[in-house]
Amino acid sequence: MNIHEYQAKAMFRESGVSVQRGVHCTTVEQALSAYDSLNSDVVAVKSQIHAGGRGKGDLFCPDSGELVMQGGVKVAFSRMEVENYSSNILGHKLVTKQTGPSGKIVSNLYVESGCDIAHEYYLAILVDREEDAILIMASTEGGVDIEEVAETSPEAIHKVWFDPSDGLSEEVANSLGDSLGLSGNSRTSFTEMMVNLASLFTEKDCSMIEINPLVRDGNGLMVALDAKVSFDENATFRHPWREGLRDSSEESDVEVRAHEHGLSYVDLEGNIGCLVNGAGLAMATMDVIKLYGGEPANFLDIGGGADSESITAAFEIILEDTRLEGILVNIFGGIIRCDMVARSIIEASEETGLNIPLVVRFSGTNHDEGRKVLEESDLDVITVSTLGDAGEAIVKAIGGN
Amino acid sequence: MSIWINDETRVLVQGITGSQGTFHGTRMVEYGTDIVGGVTPGKGGQVVDLPGRSVPVFDTMSEAVSSTRAEASVIYVPARFAAPAIIEAADSFHELNGGGLIVCITEGIPTLDMVKVISHLEKRPGVRLIGPNCPGIISPGSDGGCKIGIMPGSIHAKGRIGIISKSGTLTYEAVAQTMSVGEGQTTCVGIGGDPVNGTGFIECLEAFENDPDTEAVVMIGEIGGTAEEEAAAWSKANFSKPLVGFVAGATAPPGKRMGHAGAIISGGKGTAEEKFSAFEAAGIHIARDPSKIGEALVSALVEAGLRES
Repeated sequence: MNIHEYQAKAMFRESGVSVQRGVHCTTVEQALSAYDSLNSDVVAVKSQIHAGGRGKGDLFCPDSGELVMQGGVKVAFSRMEVENYSSNILGHKLVTKQTGPSGKIVSNLYVESGCDIAHEYYLAILVDREEDAILIMASTEGGVDIEEVAETSPEAIHKVWFDPSDGLSEEVANSLGDSLGLSGNSRTSFTEMMVNLASLFTEKDCSMIEINPLVRDGNGLMVALDAKVSFDENATFRHPWREGLRDSSEESDVEVRAHEHGLSYVDLEGNIGCLVNGAGLAMATMDVIKLYGGEPANFLDIGGGADSESITAAFEIILEDTRLEGILVNIFGGIIRCDMVARSIIEASEETGLNIPLVVRFSGTNHDEGRKVLEESDLDVITVSTLGDAGEAIVKAIGGN
Repeated sequence: MSIWINDETRVLVQGITGSQGTFHGTRMVEYGTDIVGGVTPGKGGQVVDLPGRSVPVFDTMSEAVSSTRAEASVIYVPARFAAPAIIEAADSFHELNGGGLIVCITEGIPTLDMVKVISHLEKRPGVRLIGPNCPGIISPGSDGGCKIGIMPGSIHAKGRIGIISKSGTLTYEAVAQTMSVGEGQTTCVGIGGDPVNGTGFIECLEAFENDPDTEAVVMIGEIGGTAEEEAAAWSKANFSKPLVGFVAGATAPPGKRMGHAGAIISGGKGTAEEKFSAFEAAGIHIARDPSKIGEALVSALVEAGLRES
């Protein structure tokens, strides 16, 4: 689960992580009064969407598709500029490297006091799956594309690890500060920030905190000028407060609906809908479709505990996708019985209507019964018994090679 | 022979009175697994009826282990209680037996809980954890066998192939692939698809290398992390038997989590292509099409002189 920069910064402030003063706005009027209240010569007017690359993104009019402004993050030197920038941002579509060509409509804005920047650093905290520990990565090359730094000069990225049970010690934080060449009050300020961020990371079950740039200001103090925070969804049960931070307009409707039914759905670009039990098998099914020359339209894992209700919901979600030219169902029955899946498919098709080719592959628990249920129904369905045959059959059925 | 478990392994079920625990407890006994008891806090003293036997329920793992002399435990408790359940099992096995096997089926355990669990287990080297978020481990015997997990027992048969996989149903697919070319299994281990987990590919490969009955291994990876690359490098130097590899997720877009918490390509790392390349560089027979794993296995066995055709 991702949150907006303004929400992350409010969390930072509460945890003693230094940030600039700023105001969250949803209208141009609010942006103007934010400018008045901040009483700063320079302010940053920042688009709030759940995707990176905002500064280098472009804003378009959602209706005409016309380019409105280049850059989703602007530095304003006057009240008039604030008005100009905020009206160019709010309600418009921001397209960045990470949003894809469809972009995201900006409904939230953050107006923040300007900062006297002496140097920009990069900082990220995440779980290191190889080391089974929490990793802090920092670099003196801030404000730029960190993946490029990792590629071209990996030695510029400094790493330390800590165990969440022990927390981050001052010694380890100091050593990271030393690696960045910080000294005096800068290092003290850095260490304090790291220790606070590390506790925030573990207490709130984050999966990532990224600050790019983290800056040293004119007084030598460290300030988080950006804030990207995401949470481990598995830990949501012990953080009910997260619900208040959720911006469901940032998630696709289908993904939200799928989630409510215990399904895992990811939208893709192709035209063959997939319904599979198990994440690995679902990926393998997509891979097979591609190998036979087709393009999967989605990843859909119905999970281990799927019942007839969730399978019907899954099939309905697929049937609603107007891009589809064919559907492939691949079930390897374990706990899930193939005959139960067959009945759910029939039920959903009767309700929604099926007018594109459907290929079903059943294996494992009750596969023969499942096949029989389908064959005895009025449904126009091609049944196959292996994954390879399934890939071949669906691509052929939609007129591919 | 097999790795880590056999027909004699005495197994406890943590969460035995829950619907999952009772359901799978029943299935495991039907397969031939020696379930000797279970644990559900607050329900100690009860008895659970399984096919052909009634087993005692204990309040704690330490009572259960000392009363039943169990060597392994399988966990079906909900995600929020799973990490403490693993730690309790680890402490009991460590203190009472000096070691043991814990198989955690539970899906959705918070990542930081698992980081803490792994650091706890590092101080108890005799204890092995398989999972979490996995189908478990199974060793088919001539009649039944030992199944600790949720996989359908009926698709397996005793044989000479070891299987290691990050994914659940894809493990079944790999099993079906070996069966389709007339090969059975020594042991199949589902290591789970979470970013932080217990036993990894290398430990499985090491055990299969030392198991005289395992003559070849099928390894199923998926996108995310670098465990496959590390296993490939390790196998090149240390693994002498034929090895077949597949990686799921060649078509997965970067930055999207594909169901498993660990299955995500981030920062350009963890792609299927990198993993396939690492496999090839290590001399592993690769199947780019999961429905050709059986064929790849046959050619690996033929090349090693272990099969005619």
